[in-house]
Amino acid sequence: MKSLAPLILLLAAATNTLARDVYQSPSDFISEVFANNPPKASLMWLNRAMKQELTEILGHRPNALRVRYWKKKLKTVWILDEIGKEHPITTGIIVDQGKIQAIKVLIYRESRGYEVRHPFFTEQFNGARLQEDAQLDRSIDGISGATLSVRALKKMARMALYLDKHSNP
Amino acid sequence: MKLDKALLASITLASSTLFAAPAMAADDKDAIWSAIKSLEEKVEMTADAMDSDSAGKHGHGTSSGKTTIGGYGEMHYNNLDSKKEVDFHRSVLFLGHEFSNKTRFFMEWDLEHAGTMELEQSFLEFDISDKTSVKTGVVLIPVGIINETHEPPTFYGVERNPVENKIIPTTWREGGVGISGELAEGWSYDAYLTSGLETSSGDGYAVRDGRQHVIKAVAEDLAYTGRIKWVGMPGVEIAATYQRQGDMTQGADATAGAASLIETHAVITRGATTLKALYAAWDLDGSGPESNGSNEQNGWYIEPSYKVTPKFGIFARYNEWDNTAGSATDSKYKQTDVGANYWPEENVVVKLDIMDQGGKGTDSGFNLGVGFQF
Repeated sequence: MKSLAPLILLLAAATNTLARDVYQSPSDFISEVFANNPPKASLMWLNRAMKQELTEILGHRPNALRVRYWKKKLKTVWILDEIGKEHPITTGIIVDQGKIQAIKVLIYRESRGYEVRHPFFTEQFNGARLQEDAQLDRSIDGISGATLSVRALKKMARMALYLDKHSNP
Repeated sequence: MKLDKALLASITLASSTLFAAPAMAADDKDAIWSAIKSLEEKVEMTADAMDSDSAGKHGHGTSSGKTTIGGYGEMHYNNLDSKKEVDFHRSVLFLGHEFSNKTRFFMEWDLEHAGTMELEQSFLEFDISDKTSVKTGVVLIPVGIINETHEPPTFYGVERNPVENKIIPTTWREGGVGISGELAEGWSYDAYLTSGLETSSGDGYAVRDGRQHVIKAVAEDLAYTGRIKWVGMPGVEIAATYQRQGDMTQGADATAGAASLIETHAVITRGATTLKALYAAWDLDGSGPESNGSNEQNGWYIEPSYKVTPKFGIFARYNEWDNTAGSATDSKYKQTDVGANYWPEENVVVKLDIMDQGGKGTDSGFNLGVGFQF
């Protein structure tokens, strides 16, 4: 029993904190981005060509028939889901004039790789644009042990930039 | 008058017909708008249902409700001085189930060398706070670079590096309980209490031979493991692990005693370039291990790599290790590896490397491999 004491103490110290996963609700994120005056949500239906191009970006067919977004002037905001290893990571992405203004992990459901939510990682996306080959115009350094979550965030960033182009025909 | 009355009647009839027509058109218009609106709602509901059905069906592993399956595998061709063989080294199937968003189960079966089934992991994990989880069952020891993340597309070299084979006995799993959590942004810790190794004088107290695979593992002396990890900068991981075990022979050998392991490593990625470095050292007490020099067992490696394209990367690695470093004679193994990985898909890899041993090692040749994860 004596040998278990350090672990029991650690457990006791750890149990007095909060519930996991939701860092900010999507609606709160939208309100914050538009200073509590968000525009009405728009729906973008994905046509056949868009689905093909998004399949290239995501590595699988997009999960949705259409994507909801919020637009004011040249700024668009996207709430996207993409699975890291097993569970969807819900991410808010602000695109302004064709480049990422900010990216924020809103809900994280995986049991590992949660470090992708930290600003030291997400700030690498700020200012990123989409190249002709649908790749980001910069390299994003990953996080060891969070490879699949990093990959999911890169895909969502590319998807938001791609969809933003289609919101400004 | 009769004419006037007839004319009035005609005008009244005509006007009523005339005015009735627009009234009918307005009704039709409303009906059409109503039908369009209803159709639009139905399309939205159908799209919602289809989106909801297709959500969560991609990723590493295939999810069906709350149960996930996945796996990885690798086949090797070794053309070495010591052997020439084809080996389906590992074929691993994993199964996860989420009881709730705070409680999950994870299991990994590993068919080794197309013949021996091993239980690599099988644990319940509980999130007990927003930053802390506890797992219990057969767990991977939090040490080194490869032990916890070893899917073939994630590392260079057909075979895992020798230091994380001979000094850190990867894949190293034990039965027990562990707590993991985040201390601050980029900082995390793990503290495990598990079954330990059981070395013996017969196998020279070599740590790899001490693995019990949690098969009725003798648990006279448990092992304590702690790790601190920092990933606070993109592309950088620095970690250190310490393990202490009361008796490395589980009380079977009076000439052996306690053992401790210190391991530290760094992984630094900048753009296409990655540098990995790892050092691990065991210190075994007792006159038994001291008699053959296994009281000190240590090793290190350094591995620079460069991704020429996102699908093709090259690497070099220099390794040194010694399982009898406490002996007076030079018993150090040295190995240099150079090679390349090609990823035709992000989760599929083809590997080639050339290895050359020195020191006490005499093996050389080349290895080919294919691997995957899903």
